[in-house]
Amino acid sequence: MQRTKKSYLSETVARLKPSGIRRFFDLASSMEGVISLGVGEPDFVTSWNIREACILSLEQGYTSYTANAGLLELRQEIAAYLARKFHIEYDPETEILVTVGASQAIDLALRATVNPGDEVIVVEPSFVAYESLVTLAGGVPVPVETNGDDHFKLRADQIERVITDRTKALIICSPNNPTGTVLHKEELEAIAQIAKKHDLLIISDEIYAELTYDDSYISFAAVDGMRERTILISGFSKGFAMTGWRLGFTAAPAEILQAMLKIHQYAMMCAPTMVQYGAIEALRNGEQDVEYMRKSYRRRRNYFVQSLNEIGLSCHMPGGAFYAFPSIQSTGLTSEQFAEKLLLEEKVAVVPGNVFGASGEGYIRCSYASSMEQLQEAIKRMKRFLDRL
Amino acid sequence: MKLTEKEIEIIEILEKDARIPIETLAKMVSLSVKETEAIMKKLEEMKVIVQYAALVDWRKVDGHEGVTAMIDVKVTPKRGVGFDEVAERIYRFPEVKSVYLMSGAYDLSVVIEGRSMSEVAQFVSEKLSTLDSVISTTTHFILKKYKHDGTVFDQGDQDRRIVMAP
Repeated sequence: MQRTKKSYLSETVARLKPSGIRRFFDLASSMEGVISLGVGEPDFVTSWNIREACILSLEQGYTSYTANAGLLELRQEIAAYLARKFHIEYDPETEILVTVGASQAIDLALRATVNPGDEVIVVEPSFVAYESLVTLAGGVPVPVETNGDDHFKLRADQIERVITDRTKALIICSPNNPTGTVLHKEELEAIAQIAKKHDLLIISDEIYAELTYDDSYISFAAVDGMRERTILISGFSKGFAMTGWRLGFTAAPAEILQAMLKIHQYAMMCAPTMVQYGAIEALRNGEQDVEYMRKSYRRRRNYFVQSLNEIGLSCHMPGGAFYAFPSIQSTGLTSEQFAEKLLLEEKVAVVPGNVFGASGEGYIRCSYASSMEQLQEAIKRMKRFLDRL
Repeated sequence: MKLTEKEIEIIEILEKDARIPIETLAKMVSLSVKETEAIMKKLEEMKVIVQYAALVDWRKVDGHEGVTAMIDVKVTPKRGVGFDEVAERIYRFPEVKSVYLMSGAYDLSVVIEGRSMSEVAQFVSEKLSTLDSVISTTTHFILKKYKHDGTVFDQGDQDRRIVMAP
């Protein structure tokens, strides 16, 4: 008698969708001379003083574990940074946790708070990991679609429409990946009202907070009455050009933070030690470099977004991050078709908008974290491509 | 003089790349081409932008290798004009690329470019040292330029990132 071979995989994982970016990665990687607007990371190398601090820590032999929550010295710097920049006070002893990238912090936030079947509202288009991390935590992701005609602003009434008895939390990301949309004070306050009314937890992904170009940044935790129900998530990847370092942090009320720490101490123990020393230097002496990078991105944004509009891809002016999210609806192609054709015919790699959720269909994500020369060449190629369609 | 934020931004961009097309520059600072041109003209007239220069690695050009020397010069300042008069006498020589008044062990730092070592030596011994106010000179030849005016020579600027990432 032949027995059916059992699957070793967890059913949840087996059902999980692979990232939509993967297919384009394989295709683009196999080609030469590609201009990549597909990357979600700075084109700057981490500042030398930060790299040097990391090297020094190795030379001095700091190679053992740190506290589970991270070096206290670093947590103190993070607390000072949050107070200085965003006017929110956190206790470095009990309310701050150093994680392996902001991604781990999101995972911890969800695992520490979601019960099986709890609904978590995910604002789309959104970073590809949110939905899957909710699922992995046993929750049910509930998408709220924002609208391109409205510059992908999240409206409070949209959230209220999907709230049920099972709604536990809301994940927001401002500035948003992939749309670059920044939520302003009154929008945040309106969302805060809903959160209070329905007793929602807010998971606020603020990884792009350093990269806003037109207004000063308001952290969701700094909105009146929100600190007690917000898990603030950030890290060093984007603002400090430290993507490969995998270092993030999270700040939350002690009860929630300590629950996240419990998982972290079993799953991760602590973030790498030498990397944490680099981060201390970043927070102490990195301001000028961050400012320099922010300025460069702003100039590139101005150039790139205006050029996209000129060649016929209508695009709102994103307030932050380093992504332009132009509409390609005028071409009659789906975002996948557009991205694939553009890659094959003109060797420009962009990410189809539908990988960020259904409301991203009809759009493409272009990262402008590339040199001006590359951006100018990309625009030239995209224009040629559009003229031919 | 007090410049506007846009004016400073234009200077910063041009300082990095003076050959940037004006259309691109205008978009980067969110101004029209006309407005950008007007600002550039104003900055040139005010001598804020002094010159649009190319940074050249002459080692790569056959027959143009040349020699650069930095000379520490001690001088006797003159009553009424201090170091200015002697500095002016020095910077008027075409061989002299720059002159700085320094604090510390010597007074003027003079950068000389010549076709050969002997040409530089000749300049120092015949022209510079013989000036009335000059007390002494110490010549340092530059053996190799790694970084000049903020630009690293021979730096590969390849993008190490993978082509697609979340």
